[in-house]
Amino acid sequence: MQSQHIKVLSVVVALAAIAVIIPNTNSFVILLTTRALAFSILVMSVDVLLGYTGLASLGQAAYLGVGAYVTAILATRYQFGLGYDFWIVVALGICFAAALAAVFGLLAIRATGVYFLMITLALGQCAWGLAYRWNSLTGGDNGINLRARPKFGIDLANEVTFFYVVFGFFAVSLLLMYTLVRSPFGRSLMGIRERELRMKILGYNTWLHKYLAFIIAGAFGGLAGVLWAHTAGIVSPENVVLTTSVDALLMAVLGGAGTLVGGVIGAMIVFGLREYLSTLVPWWQYVLGAVYVLTILYLPTGLMGIPQRIRQRRTLTGRRDDMKKIATVTS
Amino acid sequence: MNTQFWLIQAFNGISYGALLFLVGSGLSLIFGVMRIVNLSHGSYFLLGGYVALSVIWTTGSWALALPVAALAIAVVGLLMERIFLRPLGFDPLRQVLLTVGFAFLFQQAALDIWTGNNFDINPPEALTRSIVVGGLYLPLYRVFMIAMAAAIGIALWLVMEKTRMGAAVRATVDDAQMARGVGIDTSRISMFIFALGAFLAALGGVIGGAFLGIYPGLDFEMLPIAFAVVIIGGMGSLGGAAIGALLVGLADNFGKALFPEVSYFTLYAPMALILAVKPTGLFGRE
Amino acid sequence: MTITFLRRLGPPLLGGVVALSLTPAANAAEELRIGFVAPTTGIFAQVGKDMVDGFQLYLDDVNSDFGGAKVKFIVEDEQGKPDTAVTRAKKLALQDKVHLLVGGLLASSGYALAPVSTAEKTVYVVPVSAADDLTQRDLAKYPYLIRTGWSSSQPSHPFGQWACDQGYKKIAAVGADYAFGYEVIGGFQRAFEACGGQIIQKIWPPIGTKDFGPYIPTIRQDADAIFTLMVGPMSLQFPKQLAASGNKKPVIGGGTSYDEFVLPSMGDEVIGHVSALQYSAALETPKNEAFVKKYRAKFGKVPSYYSETNYTSAQMIHEVIKNNKGNFPGAEEFVKQLAALKLDTIRGPVSIDDMRNPVQNIYIKKVEKKKMFGYDKEELWNTVIKTYPNVSQFGQFNKDEFLKTPVYSRDFPPCKFCN
Repeated sequence: MQSQHIKVLSVVVALAAIAVIIPNTNSFVILLTTRALAFSILVMSVDVLLGYTGLASLGQAAYLGVGAYVTAILATRYQFGLGYDFWIVVALGICFAAALAAVFGLLAIRATGVYFLMITLALGQCAWGLAYRWNSLTGGDNGINLRARPKFGIDLANEVTFFYVVFGFFAVSLLLMYTLVRSPFGRSLMGIRERELRMKILGYNTWLHKYLAFIIAGAFGGLAGVLWAHTAGIVSPENVVLTTSVDALLMAVLGGAGTLVGGVIGAMIVFGLREYLSTLVPWWQYVLGAVYVLTILYLPTGLMGIPQRIRQRRTLTGRRDDMKKIATVTS
Repeated sequence: MNTQFWLIQAFNGISYGALLFLVGSGLSLIFGVMRIVNLSHGSYFLLGGYVALSVIWTTGSWALALPVAALAIAVVGLLMERIFLRPLGFDPLRQVLLTVGFAFLFQQAALDIWTGNNFDINPPEALTRSIVVGGLYLPLYRVFMIAMAAAIGIALWLVMEKTRMGAAVRATVDDAQMARGVGIDTSRISMFIFALGAFLAALGGVIGGAFLGIYPGLDFEMLPIAFAVVIIGGMGSLGGAAIGALLVGLADNFGKALFPEVSYFTLYAPMALILAVKPTGLFGRE
Repeated sequence: MTITFLRRLGPPLLGGVVALSLTPAANAAEELRIGFVAPTTGIFAQVGKDMVDGFQLYLDDVNSDFGGAKVKFIVEDEQGKPDTAVTRAKKLALQDKVHLLVGGLLASSGYALAPVSTAEKTVYVVPVSAADDLTQRDLAKYPYLIRTGWSSSQPSHPFGQWACDQGYKKIAAVGADYAFGYEVIGGFQRAFEACGGQIIQKIWPPIGTKDFGPYIPTIRQDADAIFTLMVGPMSLQFPKQLAASGNKKPVIGGGTSYDEFVLPSMGDEVIGHVSALQYSAALETPKNEAFVKKYRAKFGKVPSYYSETNYTSAQMIHEVIKNNKGNFPGAEEFVKQLAALKLDTIRGPVSIDDMRNPVQNIYIKKVEKKKMFGYDKEELWNTVIKTYPNVSQFGQFNKDEFLKTPVYSRDFPPCKFCN
């Protein structure tokens, strides 16, 4: 329990550090951090499915897309969501995304392992296909341009203000997801991840548990989408493309699946490499690819798993030394 | 719409399906034997096309490009399997992610080596003509694609059904543990199959290159379509890949000709529904 | 030891750094910072490279000296994604404090960057994005935007007239299914039907279509000619597959279908195809010949319109800065002066209309296989067969009537003769 308290404390300290330091750097860093935080909400939702429920999904970008398109369509076609009604749009984004997850979940949850991967890929592609071809609704290839950020007492057009708003949503999401995974429901999910058969025998409705987790992940994806639409001010089918889902999954694994904050770390690193390194050198793609490959090969528990592996190594060598001592003594 | 229309559309659909069979068969085998979702399969397709271009530029021979490109990429696949995938053991998620990481690396490397210009593979003049059958213009190249796919399909079937290696592969697909139990070296089979899959994809890239062009982004464009073939046809089943390819080719073709609005949806929605009902695909084996 | 060293030098060092960053560089008047947004990685990387190369070539020609001002050329990668374009543009405006934003490739990038220019009050020079409404119905939203390239339907208007003059009466159109396709074909339809022609069919293969098998057999047999608008890899495959299907009808098309970006990879099947654009590398003027030779010697390929338009945009910017003796006159004044410019460029004489879009020559060009400019190989070139001078984005149509109708789309102009 002690180590748990330490972990929580370090996360809180890190968050506080971000909240204080970032707004004092230059506007590009603020912008990047805002984007990374918004996307992290999606990555954390992927982690809830992957790290806690044991379901690897290649289609979570669909929910980001729903949240983003709902926001964009309401803003441009109905002039809705740019004032205090922004909060209603947040709720709508979450609801629509959750609804889509409910529908997709009915098709997907029966599958496991690789088959789950494939079917979520297929469903994600359906969402992309619709965004791409349903020109009258989504603007197709051109995407939808959000003219301005909401103003409700505070003006989100100010990068620093917007940073704090996104940070707030992120912190709340992290808190909610943390509470979820520590709750009895969360524990059941972890049980399903470990041994679904055993959970079934114990009487748990594993299908329902997984289904609910899927919907919850979709809901958070929708929230991420609403924020994402406002960070760039433009929503296009590019947001729902396969590589976005892959990105989210890779970031979760890079940071460390099953840790929630690992997703944030993964997102920060990838965004840092992709958006920041790319302004400095042209070969950043190789760095990014290499980071992925090396992490998958040598750091299966991700970056968050490093302290644990160091500890394991130490105990292993420690035991070996003890054995040697015992051997010399008894010989 | 007269019979001419239906005939020509059917012919076009079948020829597109032929190309898809080349791309999908390798993917299906890789999945069947190793349970790996190879997300760098599209990259193999594209790299095959690029290597073929290089061969054509240096030797001027298209006929030479076919085997050289396919073998070169088979080697790449072999190395990837040996050096990177093997150490991961049986861990589907990490294997998938590894193949994705490589897909990104391949994409950037291709851009650096061959530039981002749009290329075309030019087959020998003889194949660019069309034959006229009953008033219908049938481009010879499409006929060639169908012939190649059929030849390769038959060759694969013969190997799988009539040779000991093939029997070993089928055993591994059905039950890897049992196969090992009877002394089959499943790790050699895996290596062979992965290289074969890459070989087929690259061959598809060379043949498809004259038809689709070779350009950056083709890798990720072909990937979902290849998956549609494998999923609909059934993972691990060669016959399934053939049927799946045919179905996707025809559905895509007729879908676009008759209902252009919903063309992408008509491809992926059936894929999702089939997976929902039978997760292993129409002819897949568990 | 190091600690005391740092403690000693720290404050003055820090002070120096702060001082340096705070001085609004006494060189501000003499440095012109241009922020360029183009896809330098990803699937459009080659186009992005052509864009950068074109602009850079002009800078090299004048030694990065614009009338006394030293040009700092900052290129940012939009990776072919509109939201990345926005992030980069913001970085250029907020962090690098550029005077001018230039670039954007796709229409979606143009639409993404335009609001950034308004929000940050930075000039946005558009050399490539051709979306009609940027300088038509949406212009009022973007007071700092000025286009130096073209609008999608601009070449189509005179082209429609040309088609009537050839005696074509019925034309079937096949175009990529997105806004650019709608605008190029829409403009052609409006002009062609205004002089008595009929568009009898409109087919829209989706972007990225590689197999045109489903579409080609549906082309109506009673058409006199086929009008195509293809982009990227589609422009390579469509003519090949069309020829293989036994097509004997004349083929005409949008400028990008046969632009020099794809032309080198095309085969004999496109010989005789006619298209319209504000540039052709085969333009037989001394200025263009010099440009083509220089570009080809340096980059190993014939320049496409992506390169030319960026070269010309750099030239136009230079002209304005030169007129201000090397000083940047502020965003509003810059836009005003650029809009008042009349310049003789590689593509011919260019001026800007009152809606901030160029007025320029439109060239009707035909693909021919020949030797040009002293090169010893026979290659495919877009020979100019007719020039329409002084074409604005509204062409032969009245501006106010034009703006009252909706923007060209899939359904506008309506296909009255399609049954």
